[in-house]
Parts: sequence; C-alpha cells; structure tokens
Amino acid sequence: MNVPADLKYTASHEWVRSEPDGTITTGITDHAQQALGDLVFIELPQVGRALKAGEACAVVESVKAASDVYAPVAGVVLAVNDAVVAAPEKVNADAYGNWLYRLKPANPGDAAKLLDAAGYIAAAGES
Amino acid sequence: MLKQTPLHAIHRAAGARMVDFGGWDMPVHYGSQIDEHHAVRRGAGMFDVSHMLAVDIEPREPAASQSGGRDFLRGALANNVDKLTAPGKALYSCLLRPDGGVLDDLIVYFLREDWFRLVVNAGTADKDLAWLGALIAERGPHLKLTPRRDLAMIAVQGPHARDRVWSVLPAARAGSESLKPFNAAQVGEYLIARTGYTGEDGFEIALPAALAPDLWQALQAAGVKACGLGARDTLRLEAGMNLYGQDMDEAVNPLESGLAWTVDLTSPRDFVGKAALLAAHPSRQLAGLVLQDQGGILRGHQQVTTAHGDGEVTSGSYSPTLSRSIALARLPARVTPGDVVHVDVRGKPLAARVVKPPFVRNGKSLID
Repeated sequence: MNVPADLKYTASHEWVRSEPDGTITTGITDHAQQALGDLVFIELPQVGRALKAGEACAVVESVKAASDVYAPVAGVVLAVNDAVVAAPEKVNADAYGNWLYRLKPANPGDAAKLLDAAGYIAAAGES
Repeated sequence: MLKQTPLHAIHRAAGARMVDFGGWDMPVHYGSQIDEHHAVRRGAGMFDVSHMLAVDIEPREPAASQSGGRDFLRGALANNVDKLTAPGKALYSCLLRPDGGVLDDLIVYFLREDWFRLVVNAGTADKDLAWLGALIAERGPHLKLTPRRDLAMIAVQGPHARDRVWSVLPAARAGSESLKPFNAAQVGEYLIARTGYTGEDGFEIALPAALAPDLWQALQAAGVKACGLGARDTLRLEAGMNLYGQDMDEAVNPLESGLAWTVDLTSPRDFVGKAALLAAHPSRQLAGLVLQDQGGILRGHQQVTTAHGDGEVTSGSYSPTLSRSIALARLPARVTPGDVVHVDVRGKPLAARVVKPPFVRNGKSLID
C-alpha cells in the first residue's frame, strides 16, 4: 500500500500534511482513489467555511458512486485546489501530489493526534 | 459463494477489481474503466459475458419441420420471430407477463427451424427458465429447453473488433465475414454473432467453456483490451440501450420504457402481454437526459421535476465519450426533447436537457 511516512491520516482515508506556517493541507489517500476508481467530479468546500472534525465537507464522485470526504480536524477552509475540480482524474494519477483543500486548524495540536502511516495501514486493512 | 465464469481465474490474475453481479464474481475494471470505454470506441475491447445464459429451444424428438420452437416463440415473445426469415437472423425482444410487465429483455437467434437460441440476463436467468418451462409445458410440450451452462461467451466490440477476431481465428473468417449486423453463424465450435451491447460493431462469440481462456488470451495478445462491467455500463448508456432491473422491470411495460419499437402489435398473432399493451395508455416515457449544470453526476433514483409533472432517473452515469453526465429517465409522456428539466442531485436542483437517445453513434456525439 502506498502510504507516505511523512503524512498523517484518518481512518476515513484522508491524508494530512502539517505546513511550516501551522496550516494543514489535505487530500484522499491512494487506497481511497483505487477503491473509488476513475474520478469524474469533485466538489470542494467554500473558502472561509468553518468545519468540525469529522464533518462531511467535500464530495468525490467516481463513475460508479459518490463518496463524502471528511474534515480531519476542526478548522477554517483557507484554499481549495481548483486544478482537481477541473480535472478530477489527477487525484487518481497521484493522490498525494493533488491536494483538495487547506485548513487553518482550530487547535494547533490536533493534526499530531491523527494516525501515522502504520496506524493508517492497520485501519485501512480492516475496512 | 459467488458463481464464477470460465474466465474467472484470468480476471483475478489480471488484478481486476471484482464485484458481485447477480450472484456472479465479475470484473468491474482492470485498472481504469474510462480507458476501457475509450478502447472500445476507438479500437477493440472484450467482455466476459459468460454470466449471461444461452437457452436452446429444440424439439424433444428429431421430427418433421413444424415441430420447432417458432410457433411457441410467436406466442411467448413480444417481438415477432416471423421477422426471422433467414437462418442466422437475430431479434431483440422483451419477455412479458400477462399484465404487460417486463420479465426480461433478450436476444433470440433463429439458427434452424429446429434450433432457436435465447440469450437472457444473468440476474433473471433462473426466473426466465422457470417462466419459459411453465409456458412450454402448457403450450409446447414437444419442445425442450436446454440451458447452455457448458458455454462461455466473449463479446469483442469496437471498430477493429472483427478484424482482431479473424486475426486469432483465421479459420472462422470465411464463415463469419459476410455476417450482417444482427446475424449469427455456427463456425466450427464457435457461434459468432454480429451483435453487442456497446453501440459499436463487433462479435459476440459463444464457445465451449474449455476454449475460452485460450481465446481470451489470444485476443489480448492481438491487442484487444480486457474490459469490465463498468465500461460495459457507460458504453451501453451512451448507446441508449436499456439495462434490465434499472430501466425496466416487472412493474413497468415496454411502452413506458422506450421499447415500443421492440413490440409488434400489428400482426394478428397473440402473445403473452398483448392484450394488456393494447389496452395501455402510457402516461410515462423513457427519455434521455444530458446534465447542463455543474454539481454532480446523474444517477438512478434521483427525482426529476418537469413542467408536466415529476419523474425519476432510471440509469445515470458519466459519459467518457461526451465528457459529461447523461441518463435515462422515466418522465411524463408530454415532456419533449429540447425541454429543460431539473434533477435533484444531493439536494440541489440541477438543470438537464431532454434528448432522444442514443447519445453516441459510431463514436460521435449525437446530442450537440
């Protein structure tokens, strides 16, 4: 399973990168894009929206089905990646190189409490 | 445990993503269903359709010419097998209940007066066999039904499909080269039919199960792309072809399902469901939709609002050839191509344009 060691993860198949400025960048994992198949539509949250941890905030649709994407931590949406809205297949080609949105976390320590790579592999293996 | 076709081990070895389809463990895709879809429209792709069932109808005793299945099928099928005048000709038909509800859609092949073959859907095969068995006991006891579970079926589809088949089966070329669309011929061990479910040219080949793995691998080596059920669904939807269980079922009749063209009500022959259809005044139709607004993908069961009342999407998906979402929907009969309707996609009303299917022909868009 392709699970970079320098990222954090949720059990709902989102990856999180903590940026030097305290913000986080997030997307869906390679395992998720494989399970979904060819992506054809992505809807991202509005910039400025406040999210609770675990709140459904984006949608990725493959040819077959729609899937919710969940906020990994509480925070405010700072930016969204228009490139994946225009070309959802980029997430299939490179799930970690194509982020979905950036958050300013409500609590600086929250991202550190997420799953590490080993923890995600274990969690994904059970799902 | 799920049923497996003779090609199951090959699909697994190829790393296919598998799914339970009507009780069968079938490949959805082998990596990218969109790539597989494009391969069929642009070149040649192949589908394992061995989960579908061929059913032969023959006399119990080899006997005089009028003892074949033609008379029985005249009364059992909504389309008229008397259109099958030359051996090898095939016909698309619904199998109806007396109340006009659709039991299944199928293709019937006239191979000889003493040999007709039906090919029915995987999920309805048991139901169809029970239905036809009861009807034969009542109306054609001199006939026997033989489910051909000894056969595999491979559909090779696309503009280059027939050439690829001949390149790996050169001995079959002479016997199949002059087949017109919707015609079939038995060529050695292969029943080769110029039929398909993609809107492209191609052959569907029925063959002894033991021969299927070699043929599949030879076709692959010749450049035919293995394609799964995901691509099969987007291809047939673009081609405006119905899927039983989504676009029609026992609760609706062919006239409300875009299938009036498959029902012959003009000849004097009686058939199961005829009286109900003659008495029917369908208030609904099956129409095509093309999504106009951004915001999602059209999918089955989404509610549709029109100027003439409400309706429902029956089959929706993303069209790789058109790069937008399309659907079939059951709508009020007064809705017309060109009308704009609204579809509830995850709570938002998205505008869609009504079109007459098909959406794609010969790889090209028909809708704009």
